[in-house]
Amino acid sequence: MPISSPVLKSALFAVATSIATPAMSAETVNIYSYRQADLIAPLLEAFTKETGIKTKVQFLKKGMVEKLKAEGKNSPADVILTVDIGRLSEITNSGLTQQISNDNIDGNIPESFRDPSGNWFGLTMRGRVVYASKDRVSQDTITYEELADPKWKGKICTRSGQHAYNIALIASMIANKGEEFTETWLTGVKNNLARKPNGNDRAQAKGIFSGECDLGLGNTYYVGLMQNNEKDPEQKEWANSMKVLFPNTEERGTHVNLSGMALAKHAPNKDAALKLMEFLSSGKAQELYAEVVHEYPLKEGTKPSATVAGFGKIKPDTLSLDAIAKLRKKASQLVDKVGYDKGPAS
Amino acid sequence: MTLINPVKQTGIAKFGTGYLMPGAVLFVLLLCLPVITLLVLALGGTLDSFRHIATTVLPSAGLTTIVLMIGVGLMTALIGTLSAWLITFFDFPFKHLLKWALMLPLAVPTYISAYTFVEFFSYTGSMQELVRTLGGYTSARDYWFPDIRSLAGTIFVLGIVLYPYVYLSVRALFMLQGSSIPDSARILGAGHIRLFIRITLPLARPAIILGVSLAMMETINDIGAVEYLGTRTLTFSVFSVWLNQSDLAGAAQIAIFLLLLVAILVFIENLSRGARRYHKTRTSSEQGFNPRRLKGATALVATVSCFLPVLIGFGIPVLILSEFAIKDIDQLLSPSLLEAIATTVLLGLVAASLAVLGGLLLSLALRAKPGRMNILMVRLASLGYAVPGTLIAIGVFIPLAAFDNALDGILRQTVGISTGLLLTGSGTALIFAYIVRFMAMAEGSLENGLSKISPNLDMAARSLGRSRFKVVTQVLLPMMRPAIASAALLVFVDVVKELSATILLRPFGMNTLATNVYDFASQGRVEDGALACLIIICIGILPVVLLSRNKSG
Repeated sequence: MPISSPVLKSALFAVATSIATPAMSAETVNIYSYRQADLIAPLLEAFTKETGIKTKVQFLKKGMVEKLKAEGKNSPADVILTVDIGRLSEITNSGLTQQISNDNIDGNIPESFRDPSGNWFGLTMRGRVVYASKDRVSQDTITYEELADPKWKGKICTRSGQHAYNIALIASMIANKGEEFTETWLTGVKNNLARKPNGNDRAQAKGIFSGECDLGLGNTYYVGLMQNNEKDPEQKEWANSMKVLFPNTEERGTHVNLSGMALAKHAPNKDAALKLMEFLSSGKAQELYAEVVHEYPLKEGTKPSATVAGFGKIKPDTLSLDAIAKLRKKASQLVDKVGYDKGPAS
Repeated sequence: MTLINPVKQTGIAKFGTGYLMPGAVLFVLLLCLPVITLLVLALGGTLDSFRHIATTVLPSAGLTTIVLMIGVGLMTALIGTLSAWLITFFDFPFKHLLKWALMLPLAVPTYISAYTFVEFFSYTGSMQELVRTLGGYTSARDYWFPDIRSLAGTIFVLGIVLYPYVYLSVRALFMLQGSSIPDSARILGAGHIRLFIRITLPLARPAIILGVSLAMMETINDIGAVEYLGTRTLTFSVFSVWLNQSDLAGAAQIAIFLLLLVAILVFIENLSRGARRYHKTRTSSEQGFNPRRLKGATALVATVSCFLPVLIGFGIPVLILSEFAIKDIDQLLSPSLLEAIATTVLLGLVAASLAVLGGLLLSLALRAKPGRMNILMVRLASLGYAVPGTLIAIGVFIPLAAFDNALDGILRQTVGISTGLLLTGSGTALIFAYIVRFMAMAEGSLENGLSKISPNLDMAARSLGRSRFKVVTQVLLPMMRPAIASAALLVFVDVVKELSATILLRPFGMNTLATNVYDFASQGRVEDGALACLIIICIGILPVVLLSRNKSG
């Protein structure tokens, strides 16, 4: 029964696949991406249209560093796209990237969003903001520190403390205020939680809509994605039940994180890859990208999507992104230590 | 020769020492490669990180994991055994439909069941909408409703799709035993309930434990459902330690701890399997089965009891997904989706056939030489089932890529040919990972099937002049056809659902249905992947349908 023909097929498959495929012509750029393929598709189509160079995307969230390391000099990867500074610096620090110096890119992307040694540069930025119920929260300003204030007891919702976005925020708190302060602060936030941390950032907006929470932590772009969700219009209601508060605007500014890119160390199609990198740093591509993912473009003079512009002006915390990346491990251990993910003590 | 020690050696013993055993040893070593890689990685950790893991991660995540396993174990044992008992020994309305339908939830991946159950039971879902309408409430603060995103909720979500493992193994055992023992007991005056507790349940114990241990292993390595439901298990910690603390060694240490848990499970399962052995000499023992016809209220209770698990474990997910998928129905024939379907089916077929071949090698070797060491060795081959897919992938990738690069280097220097990433750049590494992951399913079913064939048959065939090789091909293999089919089926369905290893090991640019779903799910847009989800489920039930038409059991 299921033996003979599948065996034949498996033999054929083995033969077919064991003819390795180094058939990457000079006209293709291979992208290892932490960002989902369909989100960058419009950009890549525009790139192919302009240059005739094709692109191939592999979406990968867990284990990219290990994969690149193990593949070594035979790796097909040309460029690496990430959605978080932590991953960007992890890949750079593992020696998996190469330095580039390109006047066009340097001209497009402000210095503070580029690696000083030239191993990576940012593409877009977003803030980690507070989602607040329009009905139940009257104040229009807030600070991250205030989230530990007992007046919010039973009112705050967040996703897991171990998620990269929260880790980066906690790391920025350690960088700004020290480890001891951060531990007390995180314990305070934990005690104010309305429920055990779960879901993604959108689930926190849903919690505000349903009345489970008054405040939530989330990235700016999720609000944009929810407000423009034609597929699941219910999400528009979630987004409309809340307002976006930019924390710490009066002082150091709101914690921001980067999506960025780097050139792989053993990039087989380096020239084409550099063309893609130049293209993505250009104002036109930045605005196109920002329109799709609802993040802030980095090039001066470019505008975010109309939805994002509607939130008001963001004042980014100028803390070096490298400092945040270095404190990620400490932040993650702190989350374990205070038992943040266990939720509020009942 | 064989007659000297008929208890220990069977008719294929010589064949076993000649070809089977060395082959099996090599195969097991190969299968252990990823676990050995993880061990090496674990040893490379720093003492400081280990202290953090041992004091803050292991105690709480370990407890959560154990409670979760016990909960899922009890739930699957209850639903699986009860439904198998009703279906085998009684007649009631819709029984012949339910007999197959009870397997359907197995086709639903846990990451999908978690998502759909949250959709259904959360505040904006249909269930609470109904509660609000009935009670006249307007906000979540006005009433209490159990939270699906809790430990209890996770037990429920996993148990309702994993119970078919118990149902399948227990029902197979009941069929095998035939109705002679229960019939005798009934003649001696035992009531149904008493019969069930005193006779049927003890007889079914090995099968219950086999099914439950499979369900528990799925529970241990699950990441999709626990991540979505916010349950901090050990597997969840593996990922937070690895990805946020950039500590692969620490992650490997937790994984090794997980393996210890599983070793205990396997040990218990083994004890129960060793305690009793059942053989059958006829190819079919289904003759003379006469289920009791239930009437009235009891019949209704039986029908409802078997219908509920199907409705919840299969009905709700399919319903929720269909609601979203209907909007995307025009994409059904899109080239990317068709390609994903073809890739998925091909991977499933190749992995299932190779896993069956490997499983046959192991189970036949064990039949030929059933020593204690050999049993242990074969159990080692099953370890991969309990390791989270991503870690298996890492354990496969690192050594195979090292091999690829070494081969490439040598060939470039000597003959000037570049082979590139021969194994890891093709689907070979992925297929290998599937076999490591799912060998437990294949070997378990085959060994189970083989153990029911009396060793006397091997010897009878030998004494009638068949060569050892022919005993295997002409006697054992034909009798094992049902076991081979169910082994292939289990592996195929699991490969179609597999996500974690696939993401990391797929060749550049290859997409399967599961990765398609994941692309959307990781953006919090599962609704956009609903169509692919439904196709995964459909492919998963296809073999069930085929099997139901081949077999009239």
